[in-house]
Amino acid sequence: MMNIGQTTPQMGEIPTRLAPPANGRWTGFTHLVMARLKELKREPEVIFWVFVFPLLLALGLGIAFRKKPADVISIAIVNGPRAQQALDLLQRSAQKSAIHPNLLSQAQAARGFRLGKYDLVVEVRDGNTIHYLFDPSRPESLLAKAQVDDALQTAAGRQNPLPTSTAISSEPGSRYIDFLIPGLIGMNVMNAAMWGIGFAIVEMRQRKLLKRLVATPMRRSDFLAALASSRLLLMITEVALLLGFGVLVFHMRVVGSLLTILLIGAVGALGFAGIGLLTASRAQKIESVSGLINVVMMPMWIFSGVFFSYERFPTVIQPLIKILPLTALNDALRASILEGSPFAAQTGRLLVLVIWGGVSFGFALKWFRWT
Amino acid sequence: MPFAVECRDLRKTYDGKVQAVRGLSLGIGAGECFGLLGPNGAGKTTTIEILEGLLQPTSGEVTILGRTWQENPRELREWLGISLQETRLSEKLMVRETIELFASFYRQPSSADEVLRELQLAEKADAWVGKLSGGQRQRLAVATALVGNPKVLFLDEPTTGLDPQSRRQLWDIIRGFQRKGGTVLLTTHYMDEAERLCDRLAIVDHGQIIAEGTPSDLIARLGGHHVVEFEVSGNSTRDGAMDHWRELPGVEAVRHDDGLVSLTVREPHLTIPALLAAVEQLGRVLQHLTTRQASLEDVFVRLTGRHLRED
Ligand SMILES: Nc1ncnc2c1ncn2[C@@H]1O[C@H](COP(=O)(O)OP(=O)(O)OP(=O)(O)O)[C@@H](O)[C@H]1O
Ligand SMILES: [Mg+2]
Repeated sequence: MMNIGQTTPQMGEIPTRLAPPANGRWTGFTHLVMARLKELKREPEVIFWVFVFPLLLALGLGIAFRKKPADVISIAIVNGPRAQQALDLLQRSAQKSAIHPNLLSQAQAARGFRLGKYDLVVEVRDGNTIHYLFDPSRPESLLAKAQVDDALQTAAGRQNPLPTSTAISSEPGSRYIDFLIPGLIGMNVMNAAMWGIGFAIVEMRQRKLLKRLVATPMRRSDFLAALASSRLLLMITEVALLLGFGVLVFHMRVVGSLLTILLIGAVGALGFAGIGLLTASRAQKIESVSGLINVVMMPMWIFSGVFFSYERFPTVIQPLIKILPLTALNDALRASILEGSPFAAQTGRLLVLVIWGGVSFGFALKWFRWT
Repeated sequence: MPFAVECRDLRKTYDGKVQAVRGLSLGIGAGECFGLLGPNGAGKTTTIEILEGLLQPTSGEVTILGRTWQENPRELREWLGISLQETRLSEKLMVRETIELFASFYRQPSSADEVLRELQLAEKADAWVGKLSGGQRQRLAVATALVGNPKVLFLDEPTTGLDPQSRRQLWDIIRGFQRKGGTVLLTTHYMDEAERLCDRLAIVDHGQIIAEGTPSDLIARLGGHHVVEFEVSGNSTRDGAMDHWRELPGVEAVRHDDGLVSLTVREPHLTIPALLAAVEQLGRVLQHLTTRQASLEDVFVRLTGRHLRED
């Protein structure tokens, strides 16, 4: 056995052997965190999925849904004896630049409308009756009907009984990209925690590395804490990257404080880490845990308002949607990033995350298998 | 003699069906190198993992350095160095990083440099684990076991799949550990490894120890130290030929395997002339004759009627 006495170099001998380091309480933990980060850094796929992919998604969706210069309504006017009358009226109306009429035969107009090329079909019938063909389930069709009717009526001499005034809002903060970026941050926090913890653990179990690690004096809690800590460090980078991207490329305005946003992100990352740990508690094969992770995440991709607002879902399921952890995280992130709502005002949503994470963690500890 | 590792009446039944270990007891003295030898599925890994505190036995007791897994798990973890039968260490970590990671879990580890040098991994210190050869990986596995300065080393098939030179290198490392006073328990399929490396060994089959002792003890228990193997024209085993062979002077045991007859003999110089005379008397022609030292393989075949390695 080696002891300190033996390591003292002899006279004239070069001391090649250093005294063995005596490890402190946190040496193992720090090494575990460092090892995890190094491994991630050396895995190109991880860099892509965690850092590059969300940016590409934001870029693609941000461009696709950016506000068009002015929304032009495209309508079909059925060619007939009185069609010119309608055209003249539109020409005279105040909204003429916003409405683009196309003179077409009845059949062509109907076909174009079916294909979504025109939002509305206008036909002037006998007795100057204006006949509209529109689809109330298509918002743009509804809008076109209201706008065109308004334009025609006003041009024909209708007087508005009430004076009105309007203002236009396309300020940063209310655009699609502003809605999207916090959603992407939330989704990224969820994805990364579920894969980075759940998948990673099962992979280590399958490689028998977990078993090898618990055969050392390593504290098991250190191992879990190190996984969670490396997740938190990555989360900070991800949030900074996505927010920075939004600010630089889309001139997004971040209203809330960075600290608040990161704290919310941290609560989210830890909550999902607990869920990730639960999905990984038993599975022996990476295939089974992959399936499990996707099953857990799928409803949240759809219902939690990542890409579009969950307000569109029926009212009956709204309470269910609101208790999903990703919904809570997304709502908290949006409130903070877009409205500057303080951390303290998010208690309810954070509580949802804490409860999900805490309960999952509790069950995970009960069921967890190291071997 | 105080045992460094001791277990009594270990039993392990998987899923209520597979009886992997059935009442196994052994004691390993401090400073001893003890081998568990047995064919695939004999229960070696199950036994060693129970001793390592990684598997709960169905029943039985384990004491290591006077401690038990129930009462002093942390202390025992500090004292044991373990290499499992199959562990895939993280491929994207460097060799040195891996050793340092394992070192960080122990209170008083050896320095990584020292272990690297000892296991001849110094030139691979900065290579990724994923880029190592099979033999280098096995050595790294042993390095992670040694870096904590253990008192007892548990190695599950440390040399399986290695070329003869790499195996010898590992033997040297294990002997070096033993010289410093360490106790070793290893499992192996290789007879020669057990014969050269182990002070004592136990042959395990179907979850039980079927023989135990020093390698030379076990061989001596065959009754003879020599094996004479031969083949004759016609059928060497039919027509009561086996009885002829058994009655030759100095023969302790007779076995036949696909026409090849093996005699375990005490004094070959008496047996062989008598054998030649008997062959002639039977009107047969000797087609093949060798003599060799008896090995553990013979012990195993004698005890179980099967070969240890089918390849
Ligand atoms: N987790 C398990 N669940 C069920 N049966 C198992 C399990 N592990 C091992 N066994 C069975 O227990 C028996 C002993 O297995 P063990 O791994 O201990 O053998 P071994 O001597 O190490 O074999 P090898 O030389 O192939 O490594 C085998 O029949 C094996 O199929
Ligand atoms: Mg085995």
